[in-house]
Amino acid sequence: MPPVIDTRQALDFERPIVELENRIAELKSLGGPQLEIEIRRLERKARQLQREVFSELSAWQKVLLSRHPLRPFTLDYVGRLCEDWIELHGDRAFRDDESIVGGVARFRGRPVMILGHQKGRGTKENMRRNFGMTRPEGYRKALRLMKMASRLGLPILTFIDTPGAYPGIDAEERGQAEAIAKNLEVMSRLPVPIIATVIGEGGSGGALALGVADRILMLEYSVYSVISPEGCASILWKDQKKVETAAREMKMTAPDLLELGVADALVPEPAGGAHRDPEAAADAVGEAIARELSALSSLSPEARVEARYQKFRRMGSFLESGPGA
Amino acid sequence: MAAWWSKQRKKMKPEVAAKTKRSVPSGLFQKCDECGATVPSEQVKEALWCCPQCGHHFVMPTAERIKITVDEGSFVEADVNIQPEDPLEFRDSKRYADRLRSAQKQVGVADAFREGRATLGGRPVSIGFFVFEFMGGSMGSVVGEKITRLFERALADRVPAIILNASGGARMQEGILSLMQMAKTTAALARLKEAGLPYVSVLLHPTTGGVAASFAMLGDVIVAEPKALIGFAGPRVIEQTIRQKLPEGFQRSEFLLQHGMVDAIVSRHDMKDTLSRLVSLLGPEKQRARA
Repeated sequence: MPPVIDTRQALDFERPIVELENRIAELKSLGGPQLEIEIRRLERKARQLQREVFSELSAWQKVLLSRHPLRPFTLDYVGRLCEDWIELHGDRAFRDDESIVGGVARFRGRPVMILGHQKGRGTKENMRRNFGMTRPEGYRKALRLMKMASRLGLPILTFIDTPGAYPGIDAEERGQAEAIAKNLEVMSRLPVPIIATVIGEGGSGGALALGVADRILMLEYSVYSVISPEGCASILWKDQKKVETAAREMKMTAPDLLELGVADALVPEPAGGAHRDPEAAADAVGEAIARELSALSSLSPEARVEARYQKFRRMGSFLESGPGA
Repeated sequence: MAAWWSKQRKKMKPEVAAKTKRSVPSGLFQKCDECGATVPSEQVKEALWCCPQCGHHFVMPTAERIKITVDEGSFVEADVNIQPEDPLEFRDSKRYADRLRSAQKQVGVADAFREGRATLGGRPVSIGFFVFEFMGGSMGSVVGEKITRLFERALADRVPAIILNASGGARMQEGILSLMQMAKTTAALARLKEAGLPYVSVLLHPTTGGVAASFAMLGDVIVAEPKALIGFAGPRVIEQTIRQKLPEGFQRSEFLLQHGMVDAIVSRHDMKDTLSRLVSLLGPEKQRARA
C-alpha cells in the first residue's frame, strides 16, 4: 500500500482514493480476522478507482500533479540517486539563489555535476526557495557550475522543476533575460554529456535555462510549456477560468512533448504519481539517466556537441516550398 | 513592397504585449504618446517615424525600417518560401490557422521575421528584422528557423550578423516548439561567436520574453533605440506578482543602459551609421584591412 496521505494535501481527484486508503489503514489498525475480507474488498476498490482516475487524466490534472506539494523535488532525487553529494553555493557575484541547487556527487560510481530547481516543503522553505522561481544569480550559479563541470569533464545532470523565472523588479534590474540567454548559449557548446530530466513543472524560459541538453527526459506526469496555463489563459482568452482549456491546447504533457519531438523519453511513474512512491520514482529516473549517460559517453565530445546542435536544429514545424535562399 | 506597406498601415493589432503597443502614424495627424503634441503624419514620416516635436520614436513599418538600415537597394531577402504551420491545431477564441491567415493578409508577409544578405557601408552582413506588425513579432517555428539560418549564413559567408529585435516573445500558439526556438537560435549564434564573428543586436520597442531571453540579449554589442521597453517579464506580469506600481522608466532602454545591460542608446537617425561603423570595426580581418 502507498503511504497514508493527509487528505488536506490530496488533489480533488485524488481525494476519493486517499479517503478509501485511509479507511483501509484504519481498519487494519483495528485488526481482527473478521475485517480481512472487508479490507481486501476495499483495497481492490481503491486500486480500481486509482486506475480509473489515472487512466483518463486531463492535461490540467497532470499540471496539478506536476505541482503536487508532496511530489519529490530535486534534492529528494539527489538523496536517493547519488552518494557523496556536496552542495556548492553562489554565483560569485551577487548571492546564493536557493531556488536552484547545484553540486557534485557520485552517480552509480561516476562523479557528476548536478543542478536542479528546488521548491520548498511548506511555507517557510518555499519563501527561502522562492517557490522554485529563479533570479539571475541562480542561473549564473548554474552557469558557473556547468562551466566548471565542463572543464573537469563531469557529466551534467539537471532536474527541471520551476513555475518559471521570477518576474520581479530586482530580477529585471540584474538582467533576467541575459542570464537565461547566456545559459542557453553556453549549454549548447559544452563538450560534456548533459541530461535534463523534467521532474515536475517545466515552466518556460526558466526551465529551458537548465534544459539545453543531449537528452530530455520527462516524468510521466511532468509538464513543460512555453507559458503557464494561467498566463496563457489570461493573455489569449483574457479569462483566468480557461486554464484547463489552455493546458489542453498547449500540448504540454509528457506524451505530447514526446510526440512533438522535444522529449526523448518518458519515465513512467508509480501508480498514482511519483509522490505515492518516491523510492520507485527515483529508481525509474536513475535507470533512465544511467541508460542515456552510458549511450552519450560512447560519443566523442565533438560528436556530442554536433548531435546536440542537430537535435535542437530540427525542432519546429513549418512548410517550405520551392528553392530557399 | 509598397503595396503591403499601405495595407498594413490600416490596422495593427499585435497579439502579444498589447499594453506596450505604440501606434504607427495613420491618418493626416498623429498624436505623440510622449509629449502629447498633435503633429502632421507627413512630418512624422519624414522624421523616420519620430515625433518632430520631442523626437519620440514611434514603432515604424518594417519595410521602411529595412530601407533606412542597410545600403540602398542592397537587401536581398532569403527564405521567403517558409510558411508557418499550425502544429498543435491550436484554438483560443479563434483558430491559430485563421489568425495566421488574417495576419498574412493584413501585413503581407508569411510570418514575423525577414532576413537576408545586405551591405552596410559597403560591407556584407547577414541581417534580419522582426516584423512587429505580424502577431506582435512573436517567435514561433518560422521565426526561429529564419534566425537560425541568418546565423548559419553569417558563419558560411564569414560576415557579421545583425538582428533588429521587436517582439513580445515566444508565440504561445505553437507551444513548446516556440520555447525551443530560443535554444535552436541561440545554439546557432554560439557557433557563430565561436568562429570569431561578431553579432550586433539592436533592441527596438518592445523586446521582451523569449526573444529577450535568447539571442536579443546576447549581442557582442547591444544597442537600443531610445525608450524601448526591454525585459524578460512584461510590466503587467511584474505588477501582478509584486502587487505594486512599477517605477517610471522601468525596463526602458535608459534603465538598461544604467544597469549595464546594453552598450549604447542610439537614435533611429544614427542607427545606420552606428551599425556601419560597428561592422567595419568588428568584422573579419580582411574587411578591416580593406577599410
